[in-house]
Amino acid sequence: MPVDVQNMQKVFARPNSLTDAKSTYCPGCHHGILTRIIAQTIDELGIVERTIGIVPVGCAVFAYRWYRCDAIQAAHGRASAVATGVKRANPSLIVFSYQGDGDFASIGTAESIHAANRGENITVIFVNNQVYGMTGGEMAPTSLVGQKTTTTPQGRDPKLFGYPIRFSEMIAQLDAPVYVTRQALYDTKRIKEATKAIKKAFTNQVKERGYSLVEVLATCPTNWRMKPIDANKHVANVVEKTYRLGDLVNRG
Amino acid sequence: MGKRLLLRGNEVIAEAAIRAGCQCYFAYPITPQAELLQHMAVNMPRLGRTFIQAESELAAINMVYGAASAGVRTMTSSSSPGISLKQEGISYLAGSNLPAVIVNIVRGGPGLGDIAPSQCDYFQATKGGGHGDYHMIVLGPSTVPEAGQLTMLAFELADQYRTPVMLLADGMLGQMMEPVELPEPIEISSLPQKEWATNGAKGRDPNIILSFDLDPEVLKQMNLILQERYRQIEAKEVRYEETATGDADIAIVAYGTVARIVKTVIKMARAEGIKLGLFRPITLWPFPSQALKKLSEKVATVLTVEMSAGQMWEDVRLAIAERAETPFYGEMGGVIPTPQRILSEVKKHAG
Amino acid sequence: MARGAVVIDRERCKGCGLCIAACPKKVLAFSSELNNSGYNVVHMEHPEDCIGCSFCALTCPDVAIEVYREEISV
Repeated sequence: MPVDVQNMQKVFARPNSLTDAKSTYCPGCHHGILTRIIAQTIDELGIVERTIGIVPVGCAVFAYRWYRCDAIQAAHGRASAVATGVKRANPSLIVFSYQGDGDFASIGTAESIHAANRGENITVIFVNNQVYGMTGGEMAPTSLVGQKTTTTPQGRDPKLFGYPIRFSEMIAQLDAPVYVTRQALYDTKRIKEATKAIKKAFTNQVKERGYSLVEVLATCPTNWRMKPIDANKHVANVVEKTYRLGDLVNRG
Repeated sequence: MGKRLLLRGNEVIAEAAIRAGCQCYFAYPITPQAELLQHMAVNMPRLGRTFIQAESELAAINMVYGAASAGVRTMTSSSSPGISLKQEGISYLAGSNLPAVIVNIVRGGPGLGDIAPSQCDYFQATKGGGHGDYHMIVLGPSTVPEAGQLTMLAFELADQYRTPVMLLADGMLGQMMEPVELPEPIEISSLPQKEWATNGAKGRDPNIILSFDLDPEVLKQMNLILQERYRQIEAKEVRYEETATGDADIAIVAYGTVARIVKTVIKMARAEGIKLGLFRPITLWPFPSQALKKLSEKVATVLTVEMSAGQMWEDVRLAIAERAETPFYGEMGGVIPTPQRILSEVKKHAG
Repeated sequence: MARGAVVIDRERCKGCGLCIAACPKKVLAFSSELNNSGYNVVHMEHPEDCIGCSFCALTCPDVAIEVYREEISV
């Protein structure tokens, strides 16, 4: 029997900037958590009326449905360039580019690096789940050594497919970025820290400090062939060994 | 009468874009388009507008996609190989109903080719170089002043029809200098508001710019909107010029730099008693098929002359079919046909 | 100590179970019900133990959980 909450105080609800659309992500997928955090950040900063979401090609291609703000769907890999165009056209807009690891760190390598190198005053959210989710679990540049994917069935052999690319570390070498951090969402503590990092990244843009990048280690239960809770543990116990969490640049 | 200035085609196109209210320009260095980029580098920042030398032509067209979505007039320019890199972005612009101007200062191809003038990108421009059923309006100037006028027109048509528009010039037009009277600058604030733009959902529902839907029926509807737009453009925006075709026995179809050369050939031919005329398409898409068909009912031969292996030639034959002879003469690799050489072709067919 | 409660949107829940693991008081569990999408919906197995800490809601990828709290003067 449902508990009567009539005379109780609501302490947590869906963020206002989140639409009512039902999420298309798989059960347990961290894209959903991240989407909620971004919507919550937009609420807290009161910027929904001037926020523009740039959505990639990949599992997040439907991300324009989740937020009550304008959004643009960008060609695969080009979201950081599209974000540049929007921001330069109208600097009063708050522009965030939401990209998966294939989008950001494979096909979009050049656009990603050069938007950062120009110090575009945008906020980039880079979701690293080490596979191509939407297309069926292929290897990504971020796939771990030995990771089995649908294009590395024997496990990723660095001699043939190279090593996991630490893209945030590459971006951190550039002079322009003001904030570069790697976060995760595999437990409540990480979720709270990631929320702080994302709020800082958006705040940097609101205060016109320059380019911020938040890489988020995320799960892909479907293509990892793991239960959501085990996928969370996998990030904590395995993935985090290759991708160190924490701030890499913090000049904001 | 405005001041007449001696300017290079690339500079006139750049200056015309500025006067047309282009607020964001993104491009990458490539000959023979370089002076256009350099003119923008000097003048856009001076006017408080956006100039970015992008990391690639591909990045540039996607910056155009962003700026166009935000509702401002925006342009990129390049030359043949760079334009090939922009094709995916152009398909996205078309699919997302976004206005933008793309300038191609065509050079010899394929591959790296050379930096001499050519017309070998006609197919890419008019038949769709990217994926999907789409068209761009393609304008073909044949003089430096006309390049400026058609640049202004390109921005107007792009906004009017919410579509990418290409200015298809060539290396000669880009780098040749001619006296020009530049068009009057427009007031950016006078431009109509773009209700569909993603410039902040304030007091309205969010606007979404996208070119996809996984439901085939919905994507079909999106395509029908495009096709209806193209029918409207074909009905209203065809432009061409006829020279000395009134009494002509033979006509040449040529555009851009070649059309200009043919105007000299007309004088030479008529001096030798050959009644030659010129049919010059200005809109390469929509192609002036009806007008060309009418002309082909009056002359026995319609010779197509291009700086390519024969691309517009196909549209000429489609328009004319069996009504007249449709021979072809072309030069490739950036070789520019001389008046004498064209005249000898005319004589071969003048009968 | 606060007394809390959660309301789970049956149709948004995808039965991923992350909230069950996140709850410090082991309040949540899979119910036997399936929603319209055929997912096994989570419910409060031990509502009396809920302290309204929102951990479940923070971790829910489908933002399907609303959290309520009632301050009890101890």
